[in-house]
Amino acid sequence: MSRELLEKITTSIVDGDPDSTVDTTEQALAAGLAPMTILDEGLLPGMKIVGQKFSDGEYFLPNLIVAASGMKRAMARLEPELRARHEVVKAAGTVVIGTVQGDIHEIGKSLVATMLSANGFAVHDLGVDVPAEQFVEKVREVGAQIVGLSALLTTTMTVQRTVVDALKAAGLRPHVKVMVGGAPVSRQWADEIGADGFAEDAVGAVQLAARLVGQGA
Amino acid sequence: MRPTLRVLSDELVDRIVGEGFELLMDPGVRVHNDEALDLLAGAGATVDRANRIAKIPERIVRRALQTAPRSFDLHSFDGQPVVHYGGDSVQFDPGSAAITILDSETERQRPAVTADFVKLVKLVEMLPQIDAQSTSVICADVPPDIGDLYRLYLALNYIRKPIITGAFRKDTWWTMREMLLAVVGGQAALSARPVAVFDCCPSPPLLWSDLTCQNMIDCARHDIPAELVSMPLAGATSPVTLAAAVVQHTAECLSGVTIHQLAKAGSPIVWGGSPAAFDMREGTTPMGDVGTWMIDCAYTQVGKALGLPTHAYLGMSDAKIVDAQCGLESAGGTILAALAGVNMVSGAGMMDFESCQSLEKLVIDAEAIGMAKRLILGIEARDEPIALTLMRKLGHRADYLAETHTLKWFAKELYLPSAVIDRGSLDAWQQKGASSAFARARERVKKLVASYKPVAVPEGVRDELRAIATAAARKFGMDELPPLPEQGAGV
Repeated sequence: MSRELLEKITTSIVDGDPDSTVDTTEQALAAGLAPMTILDEGLLPGMKIVGQKFSDGEYFLPNLIVAASGMKRAMARLEPELRARHEVVKAAGTVVIGTVQGDIHEIGKSLVATMLSANGFAVHDLGVDVPAEQFVEKVREVGAQIVGLSALLTTTMTVQRTVVDALKAAGLRPHVKVMVGGAPVSRQWADEIGADGFAEDAVGAVQLAARLVGQGA
Repeated sequence: MRPTLRVLSDELVDRIVGEGFELLMDPGVRVHNDEALDLLAGAGATVDRANRIAKIPERIVRRALQTAPRSFDLHSFDGQPVVHYGGDSVQFDPGSAAITILDSETERQRPAVTADFVKLVKLVEMLPQIDAQSTSVICADVPPDIGDLYRLYLALNYIRKPIITGAFRKDTWWTMREMLLAVVGGQAALSARPVAVFDCCPSPPLLWSDLTCQNMIDCARHDIPAELVSMPLAGATSPVTLAAAVVQHTAECLSGVTIHQLAKAGSPIVWGGSPAAFDMREGTTPMGDVGTWMIDCAYTQVGKALGLPTHAYLGMSDAKIVDAQCGLESAGGTILAALAGVNMVSGAGMMDFESCQSLEKLVIDAEAIGMAKRLILGIEARDEPIALTLMRKLGHRADYLAETHTLKWFAKELYLPSAVIDRGSLDAWQQKGASSAFARARERVKKLVASYKPVAVPEGVRDELRAIATAAARKFGMDELPPLPEQGAGV
């Protein structure tokens, strides 16, 4: 019975049916399943399959995002239960993410934020047009292990370097890994500005983040 | 609304058909087949036996046009109707009867052998964009006299999709029919659920060879669909003006439909062709020429006006390697064929005029075919209101990617290409080895062929097929056929 419910949760994530994800999560809670079990054995395996199908070319961006949205809604339902049991979901890592100053492109950044969040990272999304100081402040405040910098324009990608330099100046650089992304951004650029990593797409970003916090991937 | 292409005014269609009828009376058609001349004479045509000229009055042709079916279905070998000839349905099969294969490694042409053909057949089974098989290459490892039936023999051991084929001799047609009967279980089943179409080619201008005419008559008598492949060569074997080339095509096909329907009224026949605009510099038959495409689209329009199912050789290239010329010519013809509503478009994978098949080109062409099929599905409103509800909900947020509306519609609204089409960033492309379309196609060929699953042809039927093909081979000095490549993936 419980195994069946967990499988239903996984399937709802894989099929991209957020309403069903929430329903089955509630059924599982009502049936007395531990919230942590629902998370680890129902939701997360679904996200893993979705990520794999995306990497294999079978799934597309809408599949990823809708699955992540189901995950997020189910988590909103699980969190109070976890708190009530004094359980804490151990985040895979803490990430501060944003699109750099002068650039208002949101989609790529939000996609990465959504996927990181759906894969167990605690994500602080600062939005778009974010000044370097704001990245520095937030990294310090939440003790982030990773900062993600997005830039969609060749004119704003140079600001990624500004943020890396600001983190250095604030003495935070040894404690935080920097990952960069965006259409004009390349691995070569990442190396050039002293970032720690670059990923092609949102699934790649999750793998990269996992690697940067030492989880392997 | 479905986008369509019309290249002739209605008035011009009428004039072309009118002149087509007139050509059948003067100068008439030359028919090197006695049975056909008997049929025509019996129906009231004036037949000059010495010169083998038949002058066919319009009323006989009109009667044939009335008895010829407006549509028919081809069935898969598991009995499902999967290809519809008629109306504006559009389906694709590989170009047929190439004599060479483009080697995947050297990217140069070489004679095709059994293993090449079987690999091609497996690939076609696995390519979702390709609707039917064709006996697409001639195998050089068997005697030329059994070249036609050997391809069909091989194919029947591996395919589910219906097949477009043809005979090179009068007697081999019967062997090929025998094989089809063995697989489907007799003439009644074959008549009820056709699985194969035979191409029958008149010779330009206005001439029927004994062989092709006999094949056509035999097809009619046994309810095996025949496909007319009339091929005026504008400026060489037909007048150079495109409309006049279409007049010639019309007359040849009208005479074909007439002989065919006289052999058996109501048997299925297809208005098809492989014309070309003669190349005035090289003296060749360019299949990638816009004039060629226009003749094809024009005769398709004529065929539709006469109420017949249609076929054309389109989506080929004259290039010798899979290069930019190859891509542009193949895509151009493919898109036009879809817009013109050609029922069966033969040509995918074919290059160097109609000489060479390439597996890599076939998977690249499949992407053009996928796009062309999407194109003719047109643009629909999908929702009512079209956008207001959703756009008011999201306002100025660019969050459509996260909407279930997007998940619901994206795969229907957008054509999703395979990895043959590169749309990654420069960095991603470099990471994956900075590959060419040909190299990516080569990978996809390997993957698809490896995923092929054997068909459930009973062992007894396989033995019967082999016995039929072997008996034919022995007549032409080959005691044993080459071994059949394995049923599963690989080759």
